[in-house]
Amino acid sequence: MGQSRIFAILSTVVVTMALIPLAYLLWRTAGAGTGVVDILLDARTFRILMNSVLLAAIVTALSAVIAVPLAFFTVRTDLPGKRFWSIATALPLTVPSYVGSFIIISAIGPKGSIIQNLLMPLGIERLPSIYGLPGAVLAMTLFTYPYILLTVRSSLQNLDPALEEASRNLGYSQKETFFKVTLPHLRPSIAAGGLLVALYTLSDFGTPSLMRFDSFTRAIYIQYQSSFDRTAAAVLALMLVALALTILALEFRAMGKASYFGSSAATRRPPSVIELGKWRLPALMFTASVVGAALVFPMAVIGYWLVRASFTDEFIRGLLQLTVNSIYVSGLAAAVAVLAALPVVIYAVRYPGRFSTLLERMTYLGSGLPGIVVALSLVFFGANFATSLYQTISMLIFAYVVLFLPKAVGTIRTSMLQINPRLEEAARSLGSGSLETLQKVTLPLVRPGLVNGAALVFLTTIKELPATLILAPIGFRTLATRIWSATDDALFAEAAAMALLLILASGIFMSIILKQEAQ
Amino acid sequence: MKMKRRTFLKYAAGAAVGLSAIGIIRKLFLDAPGGAPTLTIYSGRNENLVGPLIEQIRSGTGMDIRVRYGETAGLAATILEEGANSPAHMFFAQDAGGLGALSKEGRLLTIPDTLLSRVEPRFRSPKGEWIGITGRARTVDYNTSLVRPGELPDSIWEFTDQKWGGGRIGWAPTNGSFQAFVTAFRILEGNGKAREWLEGIKANKPQAYPNNTTIVDALGRGEIQVGFVNNYYLMRFKSENPDFPVAHHYTRGDAGSMINVAGIGVLDTVENRGLAEAFIEALLSPESQQYFARETFEYPLISGVEVEGDQKPLAEIDTPDIDLSNLEDLEDTLDMLRDAGIL
Repeated sequence: MGQSRIFAILSTVVVTMALIPLAYLLWRTAGAGTGVVDILLDARTFRILMNSVLLAAIVTALSAVIAVPLAFFTVRTDLPGKRFWSIATALPLTVPSYVGSFIIISAIGPKGSIIQNLLMPLGIERLPSIYGLPGAVLAMTLFTYPYILLTVRSSLQNLDPALEEASRNLGYSQKETFFKVTLPHLRPSIAAGGLLVALYTLSDFGTPSLMRFDSFTRAIYIQYQSSFDRTAAAVLALMLVALALTILALEFRAMGKASYFGSSAATRRPPSVIELGKWRLPALMFTASVVGAALVFPMAVIGYWLVRASFTDEFIRGLLQLTVNSIYVSGLAAAVAVLAALPVVIYAVRYPGRFSTLLERMTYLGSGLPGIVVALSLVFFGANFATSLYQTISMLIFAYVVLFLPKAVGTIRTSMLQINPRLEEAARSLGSGSLETLQKVTLPLVRPGLVNGAALVFLTTIKELPATLILAPIGFRTLATRIWSATDDALFAEAAAMALLLILASGIFMSIILKQEAQ
Repeated sequence: MKMKRRTFLKYAAGAAVGLSAIGIIRKLFLDAPGGAPTLTIYSGRNENLVGPLIEQIRSGTGMDIRVRYGETAGLAATILEEGANSPAHMFFAQDAGGLGALSKEGRLLTIPDTLLSRVEPRFRSPKGEWIGITGRARTVDYNTSLVRPGELPDSIWEFTDQKWGGGRIGWAPTNGSFQAFVTAFRILEGNGKAREWLEGIKANKPQAYPNNTTIVDALGRGEIQVGFVNNYYLMRFKSENPDFPVAHHYTRGDAGSMINVAGIGVLDTVENRGLAEAFIEALLSPESQQYFARETFEYPLISGVEVEGDQKPLAEIDTPDIDLSNLEDLEDTLDMLRDAGIL
């Protein structure tokens, strides 16, 4: 009983922090005038809201189609070069959306793009336009599917092998086992990852604006940029919160009430490796083509810009500091987010009830919001109630945790759902204390969730922009902020060099962290 | 095995503790009290553009200057949210709109007349709450291999002609500089005419881009043939690639050739007003104004310094007569753009 209270208190503290953006929006909206009502009732507002819903739905579905097979191949099969593919398939997440979209446009844009120039001798004067929904879907899917990939990976690693073995013993084929046993057990992780993709798609501004797709976040930005109207922006942002609530409810239903752990006591046996056989080549080609489109292709375009570039010594000397800064804050954010998410998850999964479920769901509320909204809520909070911390590294890390907590919660929860609670009960009945049980039984078992959660937070933090610009200590620059100012100034070669570093630094971090997953 | 299993969390906790310690040390080190008073500037102007100049001023005057770079609108909202606790002393904005938003909330202090008088009245706030540092002209940029200069009209109005139809035009309706241009149009020719112009351009199926840079980039690729932009973006492309196939065209005496400014204001949260004024003084010095002309290709605003990069001098542009402080309120413009189905 005592333990449940400790988790309840810890979770409440974490969730209270995560609710700062919402509290701020309600506070801002309290002063709303009548002009705002006009915007809300405008048919156009509704139409662009539907645009965003459509975009989120398509991107989420496509991401699942790409990510689930990739996760299966890289965790469970004898795919050649598995370790390399594990890292390479996750890295597209580090490509900032405005950079990724810009790359796509300059490569396959209708006129004067790299591909169109190549096809020019064949008499092709103009390629079909990618602007609008197709371009937005393409860019979003290519650079966000890893959310589902990483959550599904952690779930596959935690899957009790006894479940599949039982199915095989009952005479089901490998294929039947996959569709009847494995896939249904992946439901919570696909839903959790899908939730992250959907909320990210709703909140992103860079891709819709470059792809000229009329999304809801664009309306919010117009309120800040043109009217300097924080109240109207807050009202619109609240509509996004309402939308996020709907998606949260859907995800909760998709997960269902079924239990996802096996009954076997012998957990943490490595799952059997499935031999791909004649599927080896198609699986390899699928994996390679996704990596080709989402990672090699953008890096090739970056390389193309780099070849034509020359850099000053000063710029090159500055790169090391920027890279160190980026890794430093992202690593810190990943560690803190995982530690903060843990009590929320344990409380929600081990003590399921209205209150604990509500707390866990609440952590997601801010993540459908555009970064600028969350950043301003923390400016308001920090400058008025935490003045000594305002614009320090601590404040910046705090902002990252508020922004990206759901990424850790989602992955850890899927892992946690797969652990049989009787193992913990057994440990306690053998005389082990609560803390000891947590340390010796629970934590080692949810490790895939912790590792993948940390990876997700790291990869998302390293490219974060609005909060970093406003809340970092003055003069503190990261690769992401410098990429932004370079693209803003049309210094594409410099932006390219830094984007490449961002991907490489993330690659090194991923290779270290995925090693942990395997142990 | 047991040890190994726990290593990840140990790493995480260890990293958290270790990195926080570094953070605290950094903070102590960074925030160590120095001798000279500090000037903190929030800059909506790009670090690549103004960073070297501020560095020059810092080393030339010995001022301890700290700059936070960001987007003009985001920083204006930040200053408003920070309220009386804002660490910012000055706001250096990309356009008059951001300064207007702060002025409206009573956050800007009056700048002394000795400084204000350095620039023409049309380039500063009538209340003396902000001052223009550089000018930015609206231009019609065009792809030189797709459009002959002779084809280009003297009036912005003529781009509503059908011959500019079929996606030849690029514009950026969500962009602040475009909205300021539409506001100027409304003030100069009335709401009816402005609406008619917008509808006319819309009928020509223009391509909408998020900002000026993407328009110029698309012009270079030939995706569009003409684009409504500010003058200096093209020059940045030209400095990377002198053969970039795009050039300026100026219309005459209408909103198509208006001049907006990037300006600076002193915030009510300033600690040392003298220091802030000295910084404005430094920005208006001939050396700084020459820096802008040479490096950012904007129009210098003090007399005696001319624009560079083969651009038309300020005096030769046939600009409309307009009070920039009237451009602060974009509400009616946004309504018009929304009603016309453009935003």
